[in-house]
Amino acid sequence: MGQDERKTLTPELRAFIEEWKPKPGNLIMVLHRVQQTYGYMPREIVLELADLLGVPLAKIYGVITFYNFFKLKQPGRNLIQVCLGTACYLKGGDDIMKALEQELGVGVNTVTPDGEFSTEAVRCLGCCGLAPVIVINGEVFGKVTKAALPGILDKFRAKH
Amino acid sequence: MAEKLTRESLDALRARLEAENKQAESGGLKYVMVCGGTACDSNGGLALYAALVKAAEYAGANVRIVRTGCMGFCERGPIVKVLPDDTFYVDVKPEDAAAIINEHIVNGQVVTRLLYDKSQAEAGNAGHDIDFYAKQQRIVLRHCGVIDPEKIEDYIAHDGYAGLEKALFEMTPQGIIDEILASGLRGRGGAGFPTGKKWQFSAAVEADQKYIVCNADEGDPGAYMDRSTLEGDPHAILEAMMIAGRATGATKGYIYIRAEYPLAIKRLQIAIDQAREWGLLGCDNILGSDFTFDIELRFGAGAFVCGEETALLASIEGKRGQPTPRPPFPAVKGLWGKPTIINNVETLANVAVIITKGAKWFSSIGTATSKGTKVFALTGKVKNSGLIEVPMGITLREIIFDIGGGIPNGRKFKAAQTGGPSGGMIPPEYLDMPIDYESLAKIGSIVGSGGLIVMDDTDCIVDVAKFYLEFTVDESCGKCMPCRIGGRALLNALTRISEGRGVPEDIQKMQDICQAMARASLCGLGQTASNPVQAMLRYFMDEVMAHINDKRCPAGKCKKLVQYRINPERCVGCTMCARVCPVGAIAGKVREKHVIDPAKCVKCGQCYNTCKLHAIEIA
Repeated sequence: MGQDERKTLTPELRAFIEEWKPKPGNLIMVLHRVQQTYGYMPREIVLELADLLGVPLAKIYGVITFYNFFKLKQPGRNLIQVCLGTACYLKGGDDIMKALEQELGVGVNTVTPDGEFSTEAVRCLGCCGLAPVIVINGEVFGKVTKAALPGILDKFRAKH
Repeated sequence: MAEKLTRESLDALRARLEAENKQAESGGLKYVMVCGGTACDSNGGLALYAALVKAAEYAGANVRIVRTGCMGFCERGPIVKVLPDDTFYVDVKPEDAAAIINEHIVNGQVVTRLLYDKSQAEAGNAGHDIDFYAKQQRIVLRHCGVIDPEKIEDYIAHDGYAGLEKALFEMTPQGIIDEILASGLRGRGGAGFPTGKKWQFSAAVEADQKYIVCNADEGDPGAYMDRSTLEGDPHAILEAMMIAGRATGATKGYIYIRAEYPLAIKRLQIAIDQAREWGLLGCDNILGSDFTFDIELRFGAGAFVCGEETALLASIEGKRGQPTPRPPFPAVKGLWGKPTIINNVETLANVAVIITKGAKWFSSIGTATSKGTKVFALTGKVKNSGLIEVPMGITLREIIFDIGGGIPNGRKFKAAQTGGPSGGMIPPEYLDMPIDYESLAKIGSIVGSGGLIVMDDTDCIVDVAKFYLEFTVDESCGKCMPCRIGGRALLNALTRISEGRGVPEDIQKMQDICQAMARASLCGLGQTASNPVQAMLRYFMDEVMAHINDKRCPAGKCKKLVQYRINPERCVGCTMCARVCPVGAIAGKVREKHVIDPAKCVKCGQCYNTCKLHAIEIA
């Protein structure tokens, strides 16, 4: 799995860091770009980052773990986000989450053994009119029912 | 590269754009406005827009297809509005594009089957006549659904940057502050602090650098007002930040926006780039004046506490988003120790229009202490969920039953929650109370940022309070003890109660913890986190006691307290329930009445969901 591959800083990322280095308060913006590039925060990249920005690794770790958005573990090839905002919760978002866990055979925040899927709970995606909502790789599915889940998952599985 | 605008050339440009639009309209030009809000987009709106453009090209129709910001009626999206006749189409599919272009635009025949109210086809079915819009008043959302948010020309043609012009050339900085003070505008992020006063504080401080920060970290679950405003009218926020900059002497602005809002980020960045290109931002002598201002985006990273001013500033500075004690207030000592104004998106969206139309006009709307309008994200158990803007002082009943169309599936209204995890549930007896800052505070809730969640009689108050506490416990930054430990203790008590392990002493214990949290927490998150529990104890004691004393959940939501039972009068012995039961708790032969063994039942609810005859009941 990709987790073991050694990640190196891409030239784009290096340029981005150089551009942001003189700006105050750059750390979170740089971390966003790292996650955008790799899908999570690879340890070796963050180590390099600490050197480049001159910020202690402990401080970076503190920031990464404070914010829900940043991930230390690599997600599955398809990332499923289940909205558990209030509107989705009232309309059965937690049941959808349970059904997904059953369907995939792994719990929330865990990657399936084949590396295909991982699930995470998110707060309000801002389309409450479509509740309950799930998002897979950025594609929004609204008014989701438990019965519709296998079909939706197959759409993503079938691509490989 | 566009020429750098001056006051004169901006006026000339606006006049030219308006004249061009008028001429085109008198020549029979029609507009097809397609809602480009997130809900409509993800429900086929993007494909619909492409199909409309293609159909219009093919037919050679005299029409402009515009992808606008959120029109609000998310329940029936994707929404399409045809102007100038204001025909309102709902649930439009990409397949319907050809019909709208060929029948309506080319032949002038309204496509009846797509109308909101098909029986009203004769009456024209104007968008503003629809119940959902009849009681709304759009100030904040004035451009949402009206302009193309990715075109600065559209914004300029609709009075865009006229407020900035007036502020720069016809008003003094103190004059701007006085106007905002006189308008009575109060912060729309939740606390309702007078905006003009905040500006005055910052203006009074001498400093070599001051900042304007727009708080677009909309973290309240079930609320998306700010997102829709940013997606539908990004220039209005830029203009307001510049006006605030002029008033207080700030030259630099930051918009702190959730990374979870990619479309809003994209549209803001486009707006910033366009404004820079036209010389409205990022340069000296804006519009030929002596004013300098620039704006940058900074992304949030999913921390609810960063909606709190001081935590937000820590996050912009690249740190963990932990709040610090106030005073000093950010208006005096904020970002990097410099005076900083932090205004919420909705607050800022009011600014430019107050400057152009005047404080008198604005303060004529609303109640004695709460002026203007409020945008709500109306969601939950309501027929027409969506984004609404209503004058302050409207009643909950008007919002839920007139605009929202009431509770679906014939259920009964139980409570409405404003202010998300920081607000309280409002029981039916306050449906007719006018909504403003003071009256909501009196009944233990807050106006909040604008989430309005409706609950019906199948929602359990204990379960909802638990849901909110789970949220605040998870989001507590852990810095101060009342919030860190108090929240956890409340959640533990609620969990016990919802599982049938509650004792009567829990009530007093929860009341004490609520008091301690409200009084002793460091920031707004902790101070308000107990509000849902306080409201529960104030208005829904019967329901709580049913959980504690009778080990019963009246709404049938708390799974551990639910008892499933088969109604022998309805059961026909189809065996469906017995077959889906994972633990073999249901006994009975074909065509005979079935029975559930409560000792074996694990309360998974599969039988309840399977039975087509509704023979399985929750006791």
